[in-house]
Amino acid sequence: MILEICDAGFAYPGGTSVFSGISFSLADREVLCILGPNGIGKSTLIRCLANLYRLCSGSIRLLGKDISGLQQVEIAKKIGYVPQAHEIVFPFTVRDFVLMGRAPHLSAFSTPGTDDYRLAEEKIRLVGITQIADKPVNEISGGEFQLAMIARALTQEPAILLLDEPTSHLDFGNQIRVLDIIDQLAQRGLSVIMSSHFPDHAFLASNRVAIMQYGSFMAYGPAEEVVTEENLMLTYGVNVSIAYSHDVERHVCVPHRSDHCRRRCAPHTQPAIHPVVITSSGR
Amino acid sequence: MTPIAYHISKTCLAIRPLLSGKIVRSTLIYGILPVLFFLSLFLGRYEVPPSHVVQLLAAPLVNLLPAEIAHIDSSWTAAEQNVIYLIRLPRVIAAMLVGAGLAIAGAAYQGLFKNPLVSPDILGVSSGAGLGAALAILLSAGSLIIQISAFCFGILAVTVTCLLSRFYRRTPTLILVLSGIIVGAFFTALISLTKYLADPYEKLPAITFWMMGSLASVRYSDILLIAPPFLVAAAVLILIRWRINLLAVGDDEARALGIDTKRMSQIIILCSTMITAGAVCIAGIIGWVGLVVPHLGRMLVGPDYRKLMPVVFLLGASYMLIIDNIARNLTMAEIPLGILTAIFGAPFFAYLLRKRSVGWA
Repeated sequence: MILEICDAGFAYPGGTSVFSGISFSLADREVLCILGPNGIGKSTLIRCLANLYRLCSGSIRLLGKDISGLQQVEIAKKIGYVPQAHEIVFPFTVRDFVLMGRAPHLSAFSTPGTDDYRLAEEKIRLVGITQIADKPVNEISGGEFQLAMIARALTQEPAILLLDEPTSHLDFGNQIRVLDIIDQLAQRGLSVIMSSHFPDHAFLASNRVAIMQYGSFMAYGPAEEVVTEENLMLTYGVNVSIAYSHDVERHVCVPHRSDHCRRRCAPHTQPAIHPVVITSSGR
Repeated sequence: MTPIAYHISKTCLAIRPLLSGKIVRSTLIYGILPVLFFLSLFLGRYEVPPSHVVQLLAAPLVNLLPAEIAHIDSSWTAAEQNVIYLIRLPRVIAAMLVGAGLAIAGAAYQGLFKNPLVSPDILGVSSGAGLGAALAILLSAGSLIIQISAFCFGILAVTVTCLLSRFYRRTPTLILVLSGIIVGAFFTALISLTKYLADPYEKLPAITFWMMGSLASVRYSDILLIAPPFLVAAAVLILIRWRINLLAVGDDEARALGIDTKRMSQIIILCSTMITAGAVCIAGIIGWVGLVVPHLGRMLVGPDYRKLMPVVFLLGASYMLIIDNIARNLTMAEIPLGILTAIFGAPFFAYLLRKRSVGWA
């Protein structure tokens, strides 16, 4: 197991507990998707995993070693962290931005050399943003910036990638592109933990899913077992149907309309749209 | 259009990309400082013939050679030698040190605080040093004591700022800036109190002039006093310049990239404070250099601190030399430096903002 989390708990100083009693482990090439409502502590958990926050109880073991005893540099060589998109004051070029991922491998007084440039270039190509490598980061789109941050984390050459809502703020096409890249990276040997707001993403790009609710993992396991109609009702308070689509060869998650909405728009849309080819209603 | 006008306009069009290109930029960055250095030695109210200046400057080097190869006889007067070597040269060296130091400290702080509007005195070093100098003047101390007092009080103010920021745990850099503003305001009030208590005919003007900044009385001993800590601190800032990029992106991300952000901020604050306190204690309070020059640098080479820091170092020295030349040559009496840096710096900054190529916003 590359990462083992045992009975983890966290509370902000002087605040109430954010989460507690979370235990799970991450294997090589595994993609874990953490679902859960807004403000439940998904980002906090991911920050704890990156050692940006210290756990209040429990432990996180990275390759068998407790991370509270490791230097931040050692952790940065193993764990790449991709935060949610944010503003950057100084307009570094995408290339210089990605190059920053070499920091854990360079000593305090040194600057990146040819090999570091080559590696950054390779990761820029991998996520497919070569054409904007010379642009300042404040002149590219949110999706491109997300990809640049992923490229920077990959330039660290980590074993684990932590992504905090990698698809938020992205349009439909870019969401799918980012999930595709995550899938490819897992196939190349990287382990991934990401948080998401879209249950469908759990089916798209992950082998394991955890649902965070009431300060802990409410459910944890393979996507098909965890992302169920009951669990999503409990988590988000909305009705959904989970169905297998033969067209895309995977389970899909289709939200129901609320009664109010159904009454208002039913006559126009009911016969016209057939959302997906559904063979069995739910599971 | 006449053929000649056509040719001229065509040549102009052909030259234009060259002007905005790399050559001009490099000349501006690297070439201007040596030119200004020598120019500054030629300029001054005491008239020294240019030929004598050249001979005076060349003599110590040329006369190292055996006399049969080359020798320069002293055709200059003793007064001329004193003006060049004991007045102008130390002043020029001090101006370069102060300008380069303030500029590099400002650039480092702008990265550390992720804010392009920060200047080196954001943590209260100038108000602290001002109080130190004012107190020393009030107690009729000599110039060395005034300098030491200014230096120590400058360091003290920043220490108080750092300790104050520890009371509040969250968002460290923002709290640090706010603590700096609090401490700055407190020390400025104490400066006013000192002025209020000072004898209005002798000490009040002395305090006021000190606050406006001047390099008029700089001697080699002053330079030797501040140069060692100053150069060490500047060297450290230049060596860690790539890592300032990471801090400038964000604290959390820098930590996720393996940077010990706390120690890194401490190093930057320590180095910048040594530099600024050193500059203030020999030259008084000089604003705007640490704010404007980093932006000028970003316009020329972009925001990457790897390129920015050395360029800002050179530009800061050049900028201060220009200002100091104006200060001592424009009118019969010296104009205080702090006034000129703002009078030239403020409109220049406004111009940079208008061009919108400052590298942010």
